[in-house]
Amino acid sequence: MKIAIPVINKDLNSNIDASFGRTNYFLFYNTETKESVFVENTAKDSTGGAGIKAAQTIVDNGADTIIATRLGQNAAYVLQNAKIKIYKAINGSVNDNIDALEKDKLDTLDNFHKGFHGRGK
Amino acid sequence: MKIAVLSGKGGTGKTLVSVNLASVARSATYIDCDVEEPNGHLFFKPTILSEENVFVKIPKLDPSLCTGCRKCIDFCKFNALAYVNNKPLVFDEVCHSCGGCVLVCPEQAFSETDKLIGKVKIGKSKKVDVYTGILNIGEATGIPIINNLLANKETTIEKPVVIDCPPGSACIVMESIKDADYCVLVAEPTLFGVHNLNMVYELVTLFKKPFGVVLNKCLDDENPSKLFCLEKNIKILAEIPFDPELGKLNSEAKIVAEKSNKYHDLFSSLLNTITKEVLYETTTNS
Ligand code: SF4
Ligand code: SF4
Repeated sequence: MKIAIPVINKDLNSNIDASFGRTNYFLFYNTETKESVFVENTAKDSTGGAGIKAAQTIVDNGADTIIATRLGQNAAYVLQNAKIKIYKAINGSVNDNIDALEKDKLDTLDNFHKGFHGRGK
Repeated sequence: MKIAVLSGKGGTGKTLVSVNLASVARSATYIDCDVEEPNGHLFFKPTILSEENVFVKIPKLDPSLCTGCRKCIDFCKFNALAYVNNKPLVFDEVCHSCGGCVLVCPEQAFSETDKLIGKVKIGKSKKVDVYTGILNIGEATGIPIINNLLANKETTIEKPVVIDCPPGSACIVMESIKDADYCVLVAEPTLFGVHNLNMVYELVTLFKKPFGVVLNKCLDDENPSKLFCLEKNIKILAEIPFDPELGKLNSEAKIVAEKSNKYHDLFSSLLNTITKEVLYETTTNS
């Protein structure tokens, strides 16, 4: 399993970033090799479509699972098309969330907010 | 003469000023470019003469032609395309119809289809032609509607075009003031009002438009927006008092210049001042 998680800092003990499209980094954690790679979120400064572009980063890095606090409809649509499983983050660190997922204790996230289109910007 | 009326945020009196300016002219064209929330028509209550749908071009993929080179994805700076399952997905509501992906695709995998994003209503209210732009909820941009609204408008000094701009200072506002001969900035007498005034002030100076300020909701106390104008040497075109009677008429969607002599005089003199400014600009610039 390769898990993607939006994070503010490159640190497994820090908290998950509540935002997805505007987060600083994505952590890609491979549960088999225990390897963690941080990838910069290039969508961060987009005026519109940040969620779509961020979701593209998740897809392109080959994740099959994502843990997030909330997601926009467009981002969710990209991830669902790529058959990526979406789980809802719990309070606690990145490590706590990975732990919880591996113990099958996370709920799936299936409630997505309407996109902020950066209208007129 | 095209007069654009702007403000940094909604609710400052932008529509009040636009509607009344058009109403005191001998005849006028009023154009509501605030396409996300057009409300000038509530005051004019025009008889609708015609309606026109506004379409944009949206790319449509023929997946059998796509070879997966991702050139379109890299090109789209609006992030309206995502590459999943070996082909691009198009997000219609994020697409800005720039046509880039269609051009850039080496396989001609995209064609363009029309998508309805809103409409323009044309009506008449006494001597005012009323144009209203309406953007459907959730659409990426109202600029195509603004372009439709502003295209081919006849105007003279005697028959001004008054453009009620969207609030703020984004692209859509720039598009609305593009052809204006004069910009009127409406400001409230608070510190926050100064902040909003500064936004539109920077925009009109960037576009090198002649402009002046209308101070709205003025009380006897200190007016930070007035101080801002004095400091920057900005022409104050008119001061509209904070007046419960005006507030009441306005909230009932009545045109104050039609209901009160005092306000008829105020807006007539404002229109006069603007006309003089425009004539002065045209003589000094020609
Ligand atoms: S038309 Fe322009 S904005 Fe729309 S998807 Fe193509 S490149 Fe992106
Ligand atoms: S540019 Fe054309 S061929 Fe290349 S990925 Fe996009 S649609 Fe496919």
